[in-house]
Amino acid sequence: MRSKFWIRLAAYSGLAFLHLPLLFIAVSAFHDSSGGAAWSWAGLTLRWFAKVMERTDVRDAIMLSISVATVATLIAVALGTLTAAALNRDRFVGKNAFTTLLILPIALPGIVTGIALLSAFKMLDVTPGFWTIAIGHATFCVVIVHNNVVARLRRLPARLWEASMDLGADTLTTLRYIILPQLGTALLAGGILAFALSVDELIVTTFTSGSDKTLPIWLLNQLGRPRDSAITNVVALLIMLLTMPLILLAWRLTRDSDASANHR
Amino acid sequence: MLEAANHRYPATAGAGGVRRRISNLLYQRRTLTLFLILLPPLMWFGVIYIGSLLTLLSQSVFTFDEMAMSVTSELTAGNFLSLLNPANYDIVVRTLAMAVAVTLGCVAIGFPMAYYMAHHAGPKEKGFFFVGVMLPMWASYIVKAYAWTILLAQGGVIYWALNQVGLLPLLEAVLQLPVIGGETLSTSNLGRWLVFTYIWLPFMVLPIQAAIERVPANLLLASGDLGARPFKTFTTVLWPLAFPGVVAGSIFTFSLTLGDYIVPELVGPSGLYIGNMVYTLQGTIGNIPLAAAFTCVPIVLITVYLSLARRLGAFNAL
Repeated sequence: MRSKFWIRLAAYSGLAFLHLPLLFIAVSAFHDSSGGAAWSWAGLTLRWFAKVMERTDVRDAIMLSISVATVATLIAVALGTLTAAALNRDRFVGKNAFTTLLILPIALPGIVTGIALLSAFKMLDVTPGFWTIAIGHATFCVVIVHNNVVARLRRLPARLWEASMDLGADTLTTLRYIILPQLGTALLAGGILAFALSVDELIVTTFTSGSDKTLPIWLLNQLGRPRDSAITNVVALLIMLLTMPLILLAWRLTRDSDASANHR
Repeated sequence: MLEAANHRYPATAGAGGVRRRISNLLYQRRTLTLFLILLPPLMWFGVIYIGSLLTLLSQSVFTFDEMAMSVTSELTAGNFLSLLNPANYDIVVRTLAMAVAVTLGCVAIGFPMAYYMAHHAGPKEKGFFFVGVMLPMWASYIVKAYAWTILLAQGGVIYWALNQVGLLPLLEAVLQLPVIGGETLSTSNLGRWLVFTYIWLPFMVLPIQAAIERVPANLLLASGDLGARPFKTFTTVLWPLAFPGVVAGSIFTFSLTLGDYIVPELVGPSGLYIGNMVYTLQGTIGNIPLAAAFTCVPIVLITVYLSLARRLGAFNAL
């Protein structure tokens, strides 16, 4: 019994360790400090939120991040569904190699993917900007969608196909009315996670963005401006408020059917 | 029968002939279908991703003219040889040491969490823990790094809190230590390790939890019944069975630390990491060939690591 107490203590301490810095940022956004040298408690305020609303650079960064994430998600959902369909159903030559290829953009450090894309863009004389960011993001988002869809496909009994076709439906009809509805929530969850990953990604983006500023790049630049930290805190909180509900929603969508498919 | 089906699904009724023929083709020619399915992703990954990687790697044997600050396509092994320079070699060792230290830290903090989640927590509590680990994992990387720069700063919250409880001298004593110490928390290796460990911890917890989940609880009870003390049960039963999960988690912590260049820039002592070196070389200096040679280091290290991990059964635990 004593050992159980210690394990529980260790587990809850670990959980607290994971959350205290995030809570600290959340509180800081309301902290009425003028940003002096030493930290001390100075009461709560909402005035920093009003200040952020006036900042056009923040708005631009948010808009860019959201539109990049939308494009990257659409590409990732399309490609991830196809790879899931291929890898789930058939055995073929090079299947293992193809699986590795899918994981590679996430397994290799972001810096490798980033500089590789940059050197290719440079060689092709492509100016970095919206599309180069979106292409980079789509590349590592595919595996997220893939994982979600594969987890769902594995649970679909082969009987569903056979039953549908025995009843006279052809391949396309079966796909449209039997398989796709079953995949719906997995696609949605995969898409949401891909979107969140794209909104958060920093390292690959620093290579592919040129002079454009996504939200994380804007934040990174803010770190060199300690006087502006009150604004930075609010934006940091806003980023979390933007992605956290999405993550929770994705988790709820897949929780019952294909748990733990969502390791990044 | 067929007519009924067509009523139900009007889409099939109109273009029946062509549609049916396409459907049959897709069904009978499975290789063709597979080819059609695979073509778009293969194009994307083959052309964009592999193409980029090859472009990068091919540049690693090009020559960088330091006088003209430009790249010529004269072939050389010089970039790889210069990785063995003491200064460059130090960068590799420094990064590798941190990646190992971070992985160990994540195991130390993450294992008890994973074990508690898998074997002690009830269904509700397990869900609570799962969300509790997942949310920080998906929280913005730069927000987490930013939070720590404020927490660790001299005159920051950690200093303030330690001062309130009178433990400030203890921190100062720790910072006197060689290697992990430094002037302040935010310029010490201890601080940098703390930030890395914090950011990658969730990636360790979840795979270990998945691995322990598969260990039957009565196996641990049986070990106890046969007279093993908890520590013995841990080393001979639980740890070996959970090990594939640990290795799976370490793939993330190891690889992510190796390739990071933001945290080393924000927290810790001076002295470059592989990531910083690559970023500096390609950016201001424009020495893409040497940068490309440097990126081969993490690629090789991770390839070796992945093949080891595969042998240790980590891929089944992912």
